[in-house]
Amino acid sequence: MFGGSTGGRSRPHLIRGLVVAALLALVLALPAAARVGNDPFTDIAATNFDLVAHGVQQLAVSGSPRAAAVISALRDGHLFASRWPRPDAPLYIRTTDGFVDARTGLKVAALAPVNLRLVIVADSVRAAIDTAEAALDLFSKDTAARQSAANALFQSADAGALPLIERALTTEHDAAVRRVLREAQAAALLKSGTGSSSARLAAVRNVAARADLSVRSLLSSLQGQPPAVAAAIGVAIQHIDRRLQLWGLAEDVYYGLSLGAVLLLAATGLAITFGVMGVINMAHGEMVMIGAYTTFVVQQLIVSFAPALDDVGLLLAVPTAFLVAGGLGVVIERTLIRFLYGRPLETLLATWGLSLILQQAVRSIFGPTNQDVSSPAWMSGSVALGGLTLTVNRLWIILFAALVLGALMATLRWGGLGRSIRAVTQNRRMAAVMGIRTPLIDALTFGLGSGIAGMAGVALSQIDNVSPNLGQNYIIDSFLVVVLGGVGNLWGTLFAAMALGVVDKFVEPFEGAVLAKILVLVFLILFIQRRPQGLFPLKGRAAEA
Amino acid sequence: MSSEGFTINRRQLGLLGAGFTAAAAGLGAIPDLIPRAKAASAVPETGPIKVGILHSLSGTMAISEAPLKDVMLMLIAQQNAKGGVMGRQLQPVVVDPASNWPLFAEKAKQLLSIDKVAAVFGCWTSVSRKSVLPVFEELNGILLYPVQYEGQECSRNVFYTGAAPNQQAIPAVDYLMNQVGVKRWVLEGTDYVYPRTTNKILEAYLKSKGIALADIMINYTPFGYSDWQSEVARIKGFGSAGKKTGVVSTINGDANVPFYKELGNQGIKATDIPVVAFSVGEQELAGIDTKPLVGHLAAWNYFESVDTPLNKEVVAAFQKSVDSDKRVFNDPMEAHYIGFNMWVKAVEKAETTEHDAVIDAMIGVAYPNLTGDFSTMMPNHHLTKPVLIGEVQGNGQFNIVWQTPGLVVAQPWSPYLPESKDLIGDWLPPMACGSYDVVVGKCLGKHKA
Repeated sequence: MFGGSTGGRSRPHLIRGLVVAALLALVLALPAAARVGNDPFTDIAATNFDLVAHGVQQLAVSGSPRAAAVISALRDGHLFASRWPRPDAPLYIRTTDGFVDARTGLKVAALAPVNLRLVIVADSVRAAIDTAEAALDLFSKDTAARQSAANALFQSADAGALPLIERALTTEHDAAVRRVLREAQAAALLKSGTGSSSARLAAVRNVAARADLSVRSLLSSLQGQPPAVAAAIGVAIQHIDRRLQLWGLAEDVYYGLSLGAVLLLAATGLAITFGVMGVINMAHGEMVMIGAYTTFVVQQLIVSFAPALDDVGLLLAVPTAFLVAGGLGVVIERTLIRFLYGRPLETLLATWGLSLILQQAVRSIFGPTNQDVSSPAWMSGSVALGGLTLTVNRLWIILFAALVLGALMATLRWGGLGRSIRAVTQNRRMAAVMGIRTPLIDALTFGLGSGIAGMAGVALSQIDNVSPNLGQNYIIDSFLVVVLGGVGNLWGTLFAAMALGVVDKFVEPFEGAVLAKILVLVFLILFIQRRPQGLFPLKGRAAEA
Repeated sequence: MSSEGFTINRRQLGLLGAGFTAAAAGLGAIPDLIPRAKAASAVPETGPIKVGILHSLSGTMAISEAPLKDVMLMLIAQQNAKGGVMGRQLQPVVVDPASNWPLFAEKAKQLLSIDKVAAVFGCWTSVSRKSVLPVFEELNGILLYPVQYEGQECSRNVFYTGAAPNQQAIPAVDYLMNQVGVKRWVLEGTDYVYPRTTNKILEAYLKSKGIALADIMINYTPFGYSDWQSEVARIKGFGSAGKKTGVVSTINGDANVPFYKELGNQGIKATDIPVVAFSVGEQELAGIDTKPLVGHLAAWNYFESVDTPLNKEVVAAFQKSVDSDKRVFNDPMEAHYIGFNMWVKAVEKAETTEHDAVIDAMIGVAYPNLTGDFSTMMPNHHLTKPVLIGEVQGNGQFNIVWQTPGLVVAQPWSPYLPESKDLIGDWLPPMACGSYDVVVGKCLGKHKA
């Protein structure tokens, strides 16, 4: 793979070739275990990924006081080796003020960057780093760190970690951590392919209690077991599959609800501008997009002026996006929409043109590339609930959608502005006679709808690309939700969004994402044919207004 | 409006492609609008040499295509500083087809018959290439096309400086199979022609390697897809069968970031299930949060991080020419670098800019690529290229973790598909044919005029 014409192509390959050649006799002549005579630092300084990974493993179990510092430097890309092969295989850690020797931790004299080579982390090395860090964390004072370390060891199921796990078990007192450690021990034992039949049976029972995907993966990878153990494994896998099938249903519902929440967020603003006011607002998606860009700007400002607030930047973006998009909505209503009331076709064309203008404006200001909106730590990762994996960002979005809808309903029901809005939509002339300034209410209503779209943009920036085209991906779905739910009915919007989401996610595993989308659209067409008023049509006088 | 929805829709959009090709062919059939081939090939033999640049500078494709125009302008300026070609200065003619496929054909026609350019560097999506193809064949022009594509095409008037499928997809699968030890395969793609063709080839290839059908899962998602929850959960489930699982992604542009984010959020790391992508490069990673992508793989013929003196020099020159050290250099840009220099050598060899002579002179020209080898223009109008596998780094660049031992010769017609397994392209006499059936011994396409 590194020979022939590639040998001289590029520096890493050249060196790698040399190192491989130099180590060839050693590596071929001795089994891996016998290579421990090599100090782990020398292995890490090699350019062969397998050697580096091996060195990391050895370093972690060596008990060297430098292990933690070297491994984290390697992970973060601060570890450097000599560019040219040297018998002493030096390793340096870059710090804020120069370099220290990785072996001793002592500061070294200034180094010329030209002689240094960053130690590259490939996937095999990264796996070794994960295991190594877990091994180091196993004796940490923090229970949570020990727990996640034990979990990582379970995932890696590395037979080499067995002595380490046993050592940890002698000192561990926390019951939960002990349980995971036992599982990790069982996994490592099974993977090692050693031990008596009874020990293996016990190990299978031990890991099968977890009954999640990683156990299934581990168990089905085991080959060449004694018949009794193989039978136990088969039973355990069947048990896991049955359990996962049930949880799978719950998972589909969760996915459906979270897709529904996204649709709901995107559609709520439109439920105001289109549903309540009757404006066919094709620029609705662009309000969402502007909300997302507002998030980007807020994050940038925070990074430059108040880095301490980084984690709550997203929360600050919510009201900001509401004000920016809402303000823009008021301006649009005053300068464009109000001349077009009662002329749906012209409104459609004008707002579509507006959407193009807004897109190109954003493209001119921010450039055509996607913008980098980062996710705060509290919105990343997932939580396990029984057999469910709930992604945290989706959980927040479901919560956020519920809050937005709740706040909007409360405003319309009890707020002063809400009362005026309802009055104007129910009977404009009577409302005007009662002293309500209907043009102002029109502008504020449109602003309210746009502002909610802006808040939706904040949420969407977490799960989608922040690009000038962001809004266009949601405009059709938003109209579908509002029309299906029944124009002018927020409960209908909620129900329609959730129904669309859940149906989509239930069809998807069987038919694939493309066909699921098509089937949902066909279903919608049929439904609208039967019930043009949507799921929850307005009844009584409001329906005729 | 539909085309506005997706940003980096490379290559072709199936039906649209067919439709626009038909439209372009229809235009070509109107005799009054089209000067005959003789008129177009009469490139002026004195004065500056005009070079056409046909890349979208506005619309959704601008994000990918505009940097290629910048590269071309730099290359032309450099060549002029060296005294031009055959003592004549080069003059760039930049047109903007605005991400609008039929407009590509119109602008190509304008470049060839009005500006009388000596060569055109352009196109990105396959649909735009298919749209201009009849124009170039009718007017006997020269197009240098710099993007990796799905193959199954070999025109005399086009030089394909990007990768054919066997110069990207197949080696990437080999890497996963032999170096990572992947035994179960997910072929995940956006639903249009490039992924479908590529996955058809890959499926046939995997089967030929003895992979069981049960160990291959093929999924398609719509353009700009962002709700990856169930798809990722399916991949996770598929990967729990106890065999190392890998994903081969032909997911297009924008849909990638939510995909990788969802992988990260559901706790799937590159060390568990590696993803190798064919459409994620430096340009796509510029300005996005690359944390969720770190460790995943991409296959290209070039990465900006390639450590050769020539590469450093060219990247530095490019950044200087656009006056920004943040601009990245990617695979199609390298393809233009090679293609342009090959065209210069071919013109000097032919001692004329006349199209037929240059087309013949291009074959066999070798030029150093930026990865430290010489790429050669083969008789099938494709380049020999190395294939590199890179891992995404936190800074949006790639670590090269593997590369093919030598250069790979392109196979525009896939040997793994029944309809093209007997076809080869060879524009040298006596064959002089883009689609020659070696079993029947007959040319299925156009012979050299």
